[in-house]
Amino acid sequence: MANDQQNILEEVTRQDYKYGFYTDLEMDVFPKGLNEDVIRALSAKKNEPEFMLEFRLDAYRKWLTMKEPSWAHLNYPAIDYQDIIYYAAPKKKPELESLDQVDPELIDTFNKLGISLEEQKRLSGVAVDAVIDSVSVKTTFSDTLAKHGIIFCSFSEAVQKHPDLIRKYLASVVPVEDNFFAALNSAVFSDGSFCYIPKGVRCPLELSTYFRINAANTGQFERTLIVAEEGSYVSYMEGCTAPMRDENQLHAAVVEIIALKDAEVKYSTVQNWYPGNKKGEGGVYNFVTKRGICKGNNAKISWTQVETGSAITWKYPSVILMGDNSIGEFYSVAVTNHYQQADTGTKMIHLGKNTRSTIISKGISAGQSNNSYRGLVKIIKRATNSRNFTQCDSLLLGDKCGAHTFPYIHNENASSIVEHEATTSKISEDQLFYCLQRGIDTENAIALIVNGYAKEVLKHLPMEFAVEAQKLLAVSLEGSVG
Amino acid sequence: MTGKPARLVQRSKNKGIQIILKYARMLSIKDLKVSINGKEILKGINLEVRTGEVHAIMGPNGTGKSTLASVIAGRDVFDVTGGGVLFEGKDLLELPVEQRACEGIFLGFQYPVEIPGVSIINFMRTAINEQRKYKGLDPIPAPEFLARMDAAKKMLEMQTSLTNRSVNEGFSGGEKKKNEIFQMAMLEPRLAILDETDSGLDIDALRIVANGVNKLRNQNNAFVVITHYQRLLDYIVPDFVHVLFDGKIVKSGGKELALELEEKGYDWIRKNL
Repeated sequence: MANDQQNILEEVTRQDYKYGFYTDLEMDVFPKGLNEDVIRALSAKKNEPEFMLEFRLDAYRKWLTMKEPSWAHLNYPAIDYQDIIYYAAPKKKPELESLDQVDPELIDTFNKLGISLEEQKRLSGVAVDAVIDSVSVKTTFSDTLAKHGIIFCSFSEAVQKHPDLIRKYLASVVPVEDNFFAALNSAVFSDGSFCYIPKGVRCPLELSTYFRINAANTGQFERTLIVAEEGSYVSYMEGCTAPMRDENQLHAAVVEIIALKDAEVKYSTVQNWYPGNKKGEGGVYNFVTKRGICKGNNAKISWTQVETGSAITWKYPSVILMGDNSIGEFYSVAVTNHYQQADTGTKMIHLGKNTRSTIISKGISAGQSNNSYRGLVKIIKRATNSRNFTQCDSLLLGDKCGAHTFPYIHNENASSIVEHEATTSKISEDQLFYCLQRGIDTENAIALIVNGYAKEVLKHLPMEFAVEAQKLLAVSLEGSVG
Repeated sequence: MTGKPARLVQRSKNKGIQIILKYARMLSIKDLKVSINGKEILKGINLEVRTGEVHAIMGPNGTGKSTLASVIAGRDVFDVTGGGVLFEGKDLLELPVEQRACEGIFLGFQYPVEIPGVSIINFMRTAINEQRKYKGLDPIPAPEFLARMDAAKKMLEMQTSLTNRSVNEGFSGGEKKKNEIFQMAMLEPRLAILDETDSGLDIDALRIVANGVNKLRNQNNAFVVITHYQRLLDYIVPDFVHVLFDGKIVKSGGKELALELEEKGYDWIRKNL
């Protein structure tokens, strides 16, 4: 049986990526390579104020002095940063009021992805800021949001219309020199999303951004900034699929969240970028810095992520618990298959008193992939009575994949408690046989068992996302046993 | 086989003609030989099960009762070295496990496994719909599913909340066995093989479980009940009793054979070999 199961596993995990297609939009593209002139041109192209150009140049100069990190449990060929195009935008940058004005080919792309703006507008009540390559093409529901004083727009637009907010909060959570990829992003980011929730406002919609990497050899450097004023609430969703490409695509995004006193931000991600083919060729390199700060007392930031894509994932959505009684949460399902590598986890930095953090990480490895959890829990001396609970589970499908756990715990405070639980398991033949005997085929049985395993995390996703995430898990794995 | 008429005779009201319906042959095991790791466990089993019948298979531990159940269900840790199994005319051993289930074979497990995070409702809906898909049917409508579930729960005196829990997770031994019969009621199999469903059940649970089986018995399905003890057969009255001993059916008879076994013990069989 073991052999047969292994064969089934290998067969089904060899499935090709289902979202591999390429949109032929007219592009406005810079030549390859990076220098100060490119940055100046980029900034000029976007008609940015002086402070933004200075910000970028400062970041670029810092980046030049930095080294790519090598501590992660990842193995990939050296990236030639001069072989990357740092700006690509659809040529017709329309200011549109209705979908009729959108390039039909773009609509078609969305339809293939099952995220038609039209449908979303009508049915789900989800505001969408759709990003294709580097420039926001279409923002919907802005009017509804405007009524509540909520700002939800592309980053470029925010730079033009709300320079004071950008100036105040940009790089306030992730400093320019935080790490190599954050510095690179700060220098060259082309666009992204900006979200501002005024004091006391509960955002009536789930805010959603669909990212999509499109042009060959184009680095994607998205920048997201979310500011939740005192007593406000917002749930933000980010989801991605990418077309199949042969070349490796670098992606280095930065997401910053600021939650002031009594504010709550829920950030959910479903990430399904092209993971490379079954031989491990191609695929997206995803080096992301995501960090939130609970700046005021009783603030709460919650990260929920379902990671199934990318050839390389380097990502640690973190929370700095600065305000007293603030709460940080991290719920993660990371799936790796074929030759995918993921080094992902979180950092919970407890600075305030009575701060609490919860980490639930579920890693699922199949094929010949490597899946690592890396997490830091730090409680400083003044953060009395703080608590952390970490649960870190790994599920192995097959016998050629790897699961690793690297927990770092620094507790400088005797009144605080840190708990860490970790398990590693396999789908048992008994479980599989039980499902098969009820008439459920191997693929569906695996999907069922894996979804059950990931349930603790999936239940934290907004409804619209949970369904998509479940399907994604099924598509990404579709088979195995230990 | 003895003890049961082989033909069912119905008189058509309108035309006064006799319609003769044969009891359909359902499962037919011929000289089945099975080994695991080179050790022969089943040494030539012969068994015929027709629709409407209940067969009990008894015998001491380690004689191959559970192996027989597993081989019919399709567990492939075993090597079939001889003989064959037909199910409604199909070569059962050629079918993968899930197709056997979709053809109507249900195994009530001796040791039901836990599936964390998967609710019984979700599990059952998935299983029913997979089986319906196999038969070319649309997914079960929600009201029908819920009605079937309510009826099954009522029949088995199950707590309403139980179906929201993960499959077998944290269940007591009795709850697990009840859950097997519950699933049987939901899936409406043609042939149910119950592998020591009575073990781990107290007398009340045993009565409820047996009652469930009796309610599900009809002229279109059949049961193979594997048990150690006569006790279960007080509640589920079999048409045939077979004694499995050292990989072979050494004695077959009607329900009275179970009583005789209970009285004389397996030593009686051993001596008469």
